[in-house]
Amino acid sequence: MKANRINSLSTIAAWAFALLWALPLLYALWAAFHPAAYATRFEITAPLTFDNFRHAWVAAPFPRYFLNTVMLVLGIMLAQFVICTLAAFGLARWKFYGADVLFALILIQLMVTPDVLILENYRTLQRLDLIDTLTGVGIPYVASAFGIFLLRQAFKTIPKELDDAARMEGASTLQTIWRVYLPLAKPIYVAYGLVSVSYHWNNFLWPLIVTNSVETRPLTVGLQTFASVDQGIDWSVICAAALMTSAPLMIALLVFQRAFIQSFVRAGIR
Amino acid sequence: MTKGRLNIHVQGWLLALPAVVLLAAFTHIPAIKTVIDSFFSTPHGARPSRFIGLTHYHSLVADPIFWRALTNNLLYALITVPLAIAFALLMALWVNGKISGRAGLRLAFFTPTILPMVAAANIWLFFYTQDYGLLNKIGRTLGFASVNWLGDPATALPSLMAVTIWKEAGFFMIFYLAALQQVPPDLYEAARMENASRWQVFRRITWPMVMPTTLFVGINALINAFRVVDQVIAMTGGGPDNATTLLLFYIYQVAFSFWDLGYAAALSAVLLTALAAVALAQFFLLDRKIHYR
Repeated sequence: MKANRINSLSTIAAWAFALLWALPLLYALWAAFHPAAYATRFEITAPLTFDNFRHAWVAAPFPRYFLNTVMLVLGIMLAQFVICTLAAFGLARWKFYGADVLFALILIQLMVTPDVLILENYRTLQRLDLIDTLTGVGIPYVASAFGIFLLRQAFKTIPKELDDAARMEGASTLQTIWRVYLPLAKPIYVAYGLVSVSYHWNNFLWPLIVTNSVETRPLTVGLQTFASVDQGIDWSVICAAALMTSAPLMIALLVFQRAFIQSFVRAGIR
Repeated sequence: MTKGRLNIHVQGWLLALPAVVLLAAFTHIPAIKTVIDSFFSTPHGARPSRFIGLTHYHSLVADPIFWRALTNNLLYALITVPLAIAFALLMALWVNGKISGRAGLRLAFFTPTILPMVAAANIWLFFYTQDYGLLNKIGRTLGFASVNWLGDPATALPSLMAVTIWKEAGFFMIFYLAALQQVPPDLYEAARMENASRWQVFRRITWPMVMPTTLFVGINALINAFRVVDQVIAMTGGGPDNATTLLLFYIYQVAFSFWDLGYAAALSAVLLTALAAVALAQFFLLDRKIHYR
């Protein structure tokens, strides 16, 4: 009897907590889908509208920001896949001179992430003439310690015999990676890809520093530029813009909830 | 040494080469250069930078904003890390158990994690607004006076902390979920035979079994706490009166608003030291984790 009561109390508490957690988002959804007059008047009869989204979409170059972000996250992901795969393969399979020291040096980047070094990295970009380019936004993240670590762990679990068999058939190192390692480590690539895309979709400080034109600004920076010019823009429109920038990831989460969460776990447990 | 073995050494380095070059260019060399630059003056027009020893560090010690940023950052870590961990564990325990509407709960807890911080910050900005923000609306209904959450130095930093906890707890929850699923069921079985109370089960089985996860999550949360900057830029700009200035934000401000590069380098060196301290802590704690296992 007593245990039952505790259980139902716990369920109610869980739901109350979940509601509290969802409240800011629900509030934003309410504001975004109703006329500004109803932004803080919660009436069930309030008319629904898409005007706030429409307004945000034309008030700032959001289509261009979307394009920039998509190019940026896909570019970073592909470059990370190539560069991290190569390094991880060498580190996982061969005991070459200095491999251990090299690996330790690589892992430093898990602590000293590029956003801590904004000043020096900005000056490096200046010297390379990469300020205000998408390449400049992406390049410090391309050799990712996290990716190398993750792929190295995955490659280590692949039986060496497969590798030898490929070599017997005359495959080169690159062909072996392509034909044997890539297909077998596919779940890790999916996990890493999802984590990488969501990280860079949301990244803010570095792109804010590096970009200064519409042609390069990603969504996060665009949203902030839009929201901080606050004359004549109301909360409903800002909420709509904020939800719009998050929408692709949120929809992906809703559709692939299980895969999404599993990927984060797989990528996080080292 | 056979030719094949030599080949492996050369090939290994060749494969790692692109990563090595990029990591050196954007992590190792900048980290070292940051420390070196902190001993040099900021160049002004025709005046090149020159060696000035510890001058930047002397001004740093005398700089009240630096101390404010450091204290704020320590407070930020001290409050958000334990709270985010506690909420994450609580959420995971709920979602892991047999509870009605599990998928809905999990979604409610996890969704904040994948929002861009800038988007979340702008939504919370609305939430906190003095006149018509939801928080004050609820407060007024309950008979409290309106609070200027982000405009009052006493509430501004806690208001930012709430956003961080809100976004991080759901992320850490999934690591606890994975850990809880690894706990051998016979442990709980045994506890039930002994008629152990819920609290005893948690204290004696669950908590020690998820300890490695707690350490992992704790270290990550700690690193994140020292890199908080997005919500400061989006919500308060460090104000009011530097009440929400955190280290990385101050570096950003000194480097890119005041263009005082030497001083920004000294501040960055402090942040690097803080992160190195976390790294050392991780080294020793992970050592204990292995003993535990």
